[in-house]
Amino acid sequence: METILWALLWFVVLGGALGLILSVCGKLFEVKSDPMAEQIKEILPGANCGGCGFSGCGALADAIAKGSAKYDSCPVASADIIKEIGIITGSISEDHEGDPERPVRYRAQVMCSGTNELAKVKYIYEGLQDCNAAVRLAGGHKMCPYGCVGLGSCVEACKFDAIHIINGVAAVDYAKCHACGMCVKACPKQIIKLIPYDAKYWIGCASVDKGAATKSYCEVGCIGCKLCQKACPTGAITVDNNNANIDYSLCIGCGKCESACPRKIIWSNVSQKSDGIVREMSDLHPDRGVSSIMNQDENHQNKDKNEK
Amino acid sequence: MDIKELLLLMFSAIFIENIVFSQFLGTCPFLGVSEKPVTALGMGLSVTFVITLSSAATWLVYHGILVPAGLEFLKTVAFILIIAALVQIIEMFLKRFIPALYQSLGIYLPLITTNCAVLGVALLNIQNDYSFIKSVVYGFSSAVGFMMAILIFAGVRERLKFTTPPAPFRGLPIALISAGLIVLAFMGFSGISLA
Repeated sequence: METILWALLWFVVLGGALGLILSVCGKLFEVKSDPMAEQIKEILPGANCGGCGFSGCGALADAIAKGSAKYDSCPVASADIIKEIGIITGSISEDHEGDPERPVRYRAQVMCSGTNELAKVKYIYEGLQDCNAAVRLAGGHKMCPYGCVGLGSCVEACKFDAIHIINGVAAVDYAKCHACGMCVKACPKQIIKLIPYDAKYWIGCASVDKGAATKSYCEVGCIGCKLCQKACPTGAITVDNNNANIDYSLCIGCGKCESACPRKIIWSNVSQKSDGIVREMSDLHPDRGVSSIMNQDENHQNKDKNEK
Repeated sequence: MDIKELLLLMFSAIFIENIVFSQFLGTCPFLGVSEKPVTALGMGLSVTFVITLSSAATWLVYHGILVPAGLEFLKTVAFILIIAALVQIIEMFLKRFIPALYQSLGIYLPLITTNCAVLGVALLNIQNDYSFIKSVVYGFSSAVGFMMAILIFAGVRERLKFTTPPAPFRGLPIALISAGLIVLAFMGFSGISLA
């Protein structure tokens, strides 16, 4: 009985002492967190995508509160959120109209149309399923040195599940894309670009090789014929270094370039389905003889089933 | 208590009686935080830090309070209490004074509170009747052994990612098999007696 009481007493003393030390230390070593940083962290998107260059939304909030990052450093946040952060930090006033540096929402676009059927391959790649690894082996398995490798390094980089490999080419789900730019950084071929969200047309090829060479390794692909440049009424398209380029500040979305392109690599938003994933090709160009890429996948699956 | 004795104790704790490979303590972080060598190193350093300090603290409490009070049988309960409080204090201290270290160890420290390797070393110190200095040295070298084990395993796991084992073995199963193989390799030390 006595032992139990002693044990009880000692443990009350021990527990009390430890509790006391902890609370004293808690006061002694208190770290005041910046209320402004907390506030900013609250309204940041919270996806921790790393598009800003910091390790996550918390780190960016700290940096903005400290003043070591600008209030509009988040590439993902909408203009409203940026404005709110600006108001918290006092960088802009309540009645500030929009943000001149952030006029439009952007989205990622993969500048390649060379699907499995259309792009020719050099060899069959069976290594690690990673674009960087494949590119180290003679620049990837596709003949085209500028083509999408299609092994999904961008898919892995995307924190928003907005990019997927469809039939050998990465396709962006516009509805989910926040234009954080992580896929742009991840692509070893550097063929993903950020373009304005409402861009009506884009060039689905990044090849800067001469026309004959491009033709030799891809059914599609820009040959630098300049027909689009001639067709464009506003001069928004320029063909430079054997590849067409659209200046979106000049593009009026008339669509003349699309119909002028003999290689059918100028794509329009029309091919974008309601779920946002670009199915491309056949919907617009049935003459190409390639059925819808998604249908193709389904066909493959059906075939597999039949074989089984 | 000469230097030679302490060095032998260190060698024995790191290689012969490695806390993970031959005592099977701390296998949870050994498997859980060994995906990447960098995080494994962070975990290893945190464990080293905490085990060294907790060896000292538990030895002092045991011989200073529990033995005089005749409460040796309650050492497990007392040690759990002390280790939990100690980890909390270390965490607060680091956050306040060495933020850089807190940034790198921060997320692992709370995990260590319930790491059985920490409690195991504290109890082994008492069981083996070590002196204060021996306890601290044993704690430190056991933790170094843990760090070595987790780093080796993280290296192996990193290599494993680039292999294509048969589907049923992918992920944790092949990791467990390779952990077993590493343990077998360390069995080579088991015949050595330094005492």
